[in-house]
Amino acid sequence: MTRLIALDALWFALAVSAVGGIVAPIAIARGRREWVAIARAAVYSNFALVTVAIAAMIFALVTHDFSISYVAQVGSRATPVFFTIISVWGALEGSILFWAWVLALYSALVVYANRNRPGNLVPYASAVLLVIALFFHVLLTGPANPFHLVSPAPPDGPGPNPLLQNHILMAVHPPLLYLGYVGMSVPFAFAVAALITGAKQDEEWIRLTRRWTLLAWGFLSAAIVAGMWWSYEVLGWGGYWAWDPVENASFIPWLTATAYLHSVMVQERRGMLKLWNVNLMVVTFVLTILGTFLTRSGIISSVHAFTQGPIGYYFLGFIALVLIGSAVLVAGSSDKLHTEGRLDAPLSRETVFLLNNLLLTAFMFTVLIGTLFPLVAEAFRGVKVSVGEPFFNRMTLPLVVALLFLMGVGPALPWRRGDWPALRRKMIPGAAVGVLLSALAAAAGARSAYGILAFALAGFAATLNIAEFVTGVRARRTAHGETVPVALARLVAGNRRRYGGYVAHMGIFVAAIGVAASSTLRSEREATLKPGEVLTLGSVNARLNDVWAREEPQRAVIGATVELLRDGQPYATMSPRMNIYPMSQQPVPTPDVRSTPVGDVYMNLMSFAQDGSTATIKIISEPLVPWIWTGGGIICLGALIAGWPARRLG
Amino acid sequence: MTESNGRHKRRRLGVIAALAVLLGAFAWLIFGNLDQNVVFFLTPGELLAKGTEVVDKPVRLGGEVRPGSVKWDEKTLKLEFQVMDVDTTQVVRVNSKGAPPQMFRDGMGVVVEGRLGRDSVFQSTNLMIKHSNEYRPPKEGQKPQEMYRSLIKGSGA
Repeated sequence: MTRLIALDALWFALAVSAVGGIVAPIAIARGRREWVAIARAAVYSNFALVTVAIAAMIFALVTHDFSISYVAQVGSRATPVFFTIISVWGALEGSILFWAWVLALYSALVVYANRNRPGNLVPYASAVLLVIALFFHVLLTGPANPFHLVSPAPPDGPGPNPLLQNHILMAVHPPLLYLGYVGMSVPFAFAVAALITGAKQDEEWIRLTRRWTLLAWGFLSAAIVAGMWWSYEVLGWGGYWAWDPVENASFIPWLTATAYLHSVMVQERRGMLKLWNVNLMVVTFVLTILGTFLTRSGIISSVHAFTQGPIGYYFLGFIALVLIGSAVLVAGSSDKLHTEGRLDAPLSRETVFLLNNLLLTAFMFTVLIGTLFPLVAEAFRGVKVSVGEPFFNRMTLPLVVALLFLMGVGPALPWRRGDWPALRRKMIPGAAVGVLLSALAAAAGARSAYGILAFALAGFAATLNIAEFVTGVRARRTAHGETVPVALARLVAGNRRRYGGYVAHMGIFVAAIGVAASSTLRSEREATLKPGEVLTLGSVNARLNDVWAREEPQRAVIGATVELLRDGQPYATMSPRMNIYPMSQQPVPTPDVRSTPVGDVYMNLMSFAQDGSTATIKIISEPLVPWIWTGGGIICLGALIAGWPARRLG
Repeated sequence: MTESNGRHKRRRLGVIAALAVLLGAFAWLIFGNLDQNVVFFLTPGELLAKGTEVVDKPVRLGGEVRPGSVKWDEKTLKLEFQVMDVDTTQVVRVNSKGAPPQMFRDGMGVVVEGRLGRDSVFQSTNLMIKHSNEYRPPKEGQKPQEMYRSLIKGSGA
């Protein structure tokens, strides 16, 4: 019953998307205005139908309906309800369904928000969104159908992948990522719609999608940080970024989206980069589809790649379609995308944005090529290779350093024409802070040149961004006699976009300092201890108390109780564990992390004697790691400030 | 008019040339760096066949832990074992530092990251158990419970 309702809903959604995505735009182009309302209705009905399908899936998961293939694949009676519900996005078919639902949600929201807008932009954009939905419905009714009949239904299932049910962040990272990824469909759809309408309204799509792009970008930023956090808390190696293909897949579109957020300001202010902005948006969207393909097709073996199957060809076909279609449209309207303005002076904010776009694009290509190279090598040369971390580090660290520098200089420069003495005046305090920070880092033991440079430039750029707030607040205090908090609040409220941007910058600096500190100042020690013995790493003294085990409904847990000592007295207890799930062949490490603002003590149970007589414990000192998560929060706050709807002034 | 047009054209050419140079340098950097940092995934047989060519190059070595070859020193945390090629039964000696993964044992599929030294011993920097995501019921005599049963409080063991 559940199965049939869900399948019917998906087939109807497919039909509705085809009508709204293909028939409607053709009819509208021929002047049949009544199809505008039909296209809108198609978007709403698609949302209703996909909601029915995903609700049916959740219902089937919760009621353990193992006659449905997806439930039989990821469900288990022993798994707690919470993890059962979130396993909707825990494997291939379910995550495609979730993708389709998020897309339907975004489409319905953006169409509703613009329901009274005249013209053809919104109808065409909803058609583009429905074509994307059509692709996902083809997957869901074809190669990624989660609602196959399993007969006879098995009495129980294996449960979700252990790595995915071992931490609460698994409830956070995937939805954020989908909200970020899929959210990029909105500006993409409007960019394509603007190309189709062809009218000289090239700014309308940008103004209309500004908040949507910021929203998607904020979600994507949060998703990347949450993914790092998950990797840190769950995988047990004490790191958060390894240039793994799946990490790269989330990061690559973020780079082009970030470039777009900046370059679009150049278009609004100066009428330049129109063609570039359309292309950036198309590329960003294609990269989100490519990222979904990389992580979902099984082409890269990792925890994200669930299965081998024909689904990869569907994705490649869709990517080709999007690229060719966009190229044709762009070529057809290139005469309308002419630049109106021109660069007035080499020293100006435009120049900085131009450079920032150049660097971010180079960054994107570097990571993309490094990620795809193993696939190309295997396909054409038949060798199995991976691209090592040194490639990514060596190639991208100079770009990171240069970008940090630009993030400081950009806000300090005016549009059109800056002057060097004024810039120099602003740069001097920043340089001083930078030198101070790098000296501190060196004193703390940092020896890598890039690490020290990162400290210096983050300090430099942070000072210049803070200076913008200080100058603004000071001006308001002089002009209106306001107190500092009032002046600050009114300053930000008066130009949310600008100051929200600076807040996001601050988040990047905080995170950059966290990354620089934890990668250059990290230390670790490992030892086999008997109960009562102490392992010392720097100022951390850890005493093993005992090794224990307990059985829980869905897993078994083995743990070590370790006390941290100060002057011989315990002040904290940590329990690194190993969780054993019935479906996995090896225990899942479950490190324990004790956080303070200056850093974490990261403790892992490496192995244990079966009689409990010894345990091998690894302690990692992770300086300033919490700054990375804090920085991520500040970045999202910045996006929120910049995108918050401003009250209309009367 | 024509003069400014010509200047415009020259400027445009200059920009295109500069972009081409930048792009070339970028491509050269990328592919030069890729060349040096590609990590080959090899079996012991393939590693030995390459000989001195792969000495001191980063490699991922995949095979089985040769039964009876594991030496683990709890005090110094030194781990020595041999990785065997499933097809050719050729072996490579591996030295590693740090505790082996809990399920590490004879016959287990492993992937070892590291470099082959001049002494033909493979120095491992990272040791991973090879496992699939698919569910396989534990084999007879391989019950994970046996690993921890004696640690459960009040089990009397």
